[in-house]
Amino acid sequence: MKFIVNIILCFALLCAWTQTGYADMLQIKGSDTLINLVQRLAEVYMEKNPGKFIAVTGGGSGTGISALINGKCDIADASRGMKAKEVDQAASRGVTAKRVVIAMDGLSVIVHPDNTVKKFTIDELGKIFRGEVTNWSELGGKDASITLYGRQSNSGTFVFFQEQVLKGDYSAKMNRMNGNAQIVEAVKNDSSGIGYVGVGYVKDASGLTVAEVAARAGADYASPLDKYDVKSGKYPIARPLNQYVNGSPSGDVRAFIAFELSAEGQNIVEEEGFFQIPDEYTELNKKLGF
Amino acid sequence: MKINKEKIIAGLFFVNGMIVVISLAGIFILLLTNSLPAFKDIKLTEFLFTAEWNPTSYVKEKYGILSMVMSTFMVTLGALLIAIPLGIGTAAYLSDVASHRVRETAKPIVEILAGIPSVVIGFLGIVMVGPLIARAAGLSNGLNAINGSILLAVMALPTIVSLTEDALGSVPKSYTEASLALGGNPWQTLIRVKIPAASSGILAACMLGMGRAIGETMTVLMATGNAPAFPHKFTDSVRTLTASIAIELGEVPYFTTHYHALFAIGLVLFIITFIINLIADIVLHRYEQKVRM
Repeated sequence: MKFIVNIILCFALLCAWTQTGYADMLQIKGSDTLINLVQRLAEVYMEKNPGKFIAVTGGGSGTGISALINGKCDIADASRGMKAKEVDQAASRGVTAKRVVIAMDGLSVIVHPDNTVKKFTIDELGKIFRGEVTNWSELGGKDASITLYGRQSNSGTFVFFQEQVLKGDYSAKMNRMNGNAQIVEAVKNDSSGIGYVGVGYVKDASGLTVAEVAARAGADYASPLDKYDVKSGKYPIARPLNQYVNGSPSGDVRAFIAFELSAEGQNIVEEEGFFQIPDEYTELNKKLGF
Repeated sequence: MKINKEKIIAGLFFVNGMIVVISLAGIFILLLTNSLPAFKDIKLTEFLFTAEWNPTSYVKEKYGILSMVMSTFMVTLGALLIAIPLGIGTAAYLSDVASHRVRETAKPIVEILAGIPSVVIGFLGIVMVGPLIARAAGLSNGLNAINGSILLAVMALPTIVSLTEDALGSVPKSYTEASLALGGNPWQTLIRVKIPAASSGILAACMLGMGRAIGETMTVLMATGNAPAFPHKFTDSVRTLTASIAIELGEVPYFTTHYHALFAIGLVLFIITFIINLIADIVLHRYEQKVRM
């Protein structure tokens, strides 16, 4: 009997502890593309501000936004914009989502180093990922069928690529991978593979070719590794990496975001392989007082 | 005082038993009430008999689970084809051939295999089994049904080996002695007497292994590629029922058609496992009656 009482007491204590743990810990959840970057930012921030705790978890942009709507996190990382449906849903639950841009990403198309096809137009990429072009020989490469590696529907990258490049449905034959790292791993091992990942995952990935992409036939090809091309928008599938918060940020949330946008934070952004925020988004952030 | 104590204990066991029954009924009711609203928007025939699943489509949402059902059956079948012969063989070796010392070391090791977390097995599928399959079969990658089958076979093996060994061990010694006395050699005794005598236990072992394979999520999610296309052969990428729920439930807006459709997939899984258990039960029952006659 005493044993059972002890167990119940332990549980009660554990619950109490985790409850208080949640109370002063900043919860950040969402994008797999952003997770390494935000984790790094949080680590440096916590080192500089002892006594502050930040928990960063992944799960995908959709998962993060859904957590923000349901009040399960303080900041949602998102590699895509919120959909109108999600904004409505948030409003119906009393959540006013505000957007901050913390970095720029050149969404990178990767192929195996043995592949001779290293340049694509947006139109070609659309055909490949919609499943209309299925053999590398159709693009001037070797005779081998194309293996597609993409993300799952909870991924912001999945949605962004679909909206900007495909404007249609992904091929049902595309492998749905768990995260950026898995796509990198898969393409490294597959001589006829093609995939897309955030540029932070390819900055020093050997054993990969980062393809150059042109907005349309006849336009210049640009690489996502070139910071000027990404910032100027010459690289056609560059995108802002966002964080969403509930209402105008205050307290710990504001302090952390201010750190992310500071010169020091932006240096970490570059160290992690992403790019600093261009002026148009600095203006957007200013509206929230940053 | 003594009677009271016994009554209390009996009552406690009754409550325990009821908890299992109530939770099962509760799960069933929860699945049913949460999946029924899905069929306001989806036709049941579309749900069960079409192969396109794309609830977040750019063009038009599609809710057909046929390719997922096929995927689940393919990896399960593949896993059983590997795990049953291997499992029964291992169990027969452990119970009849191996020396006492080998048995006492090997059996716990087989059981430890059951304790390996499924993510670890999935990881091995990505970095080891996948590339091996790709090289052996001349494919560009190894994220396919064979990979899933092999990994699930590894996960089902401990159950099958352990329970089959127990079943063989519980065959009355007189059966073995009778067979040997009639001039049967150890091989004939094992194949013609012991395994048939233990077949109900072996069947139960295989059914439990199958249950493990159907319900497993993380491993197949990591190792099979999850392409939603209808799989035609074992070298195609597959996406199982469990993987679809795991992928989509995290981000789905609550109480939408998509949300309810995911519960409907859960209900389908529940019904499949229920039918398998029912069949196993009927077969076992019939077998037991035969033995008694």
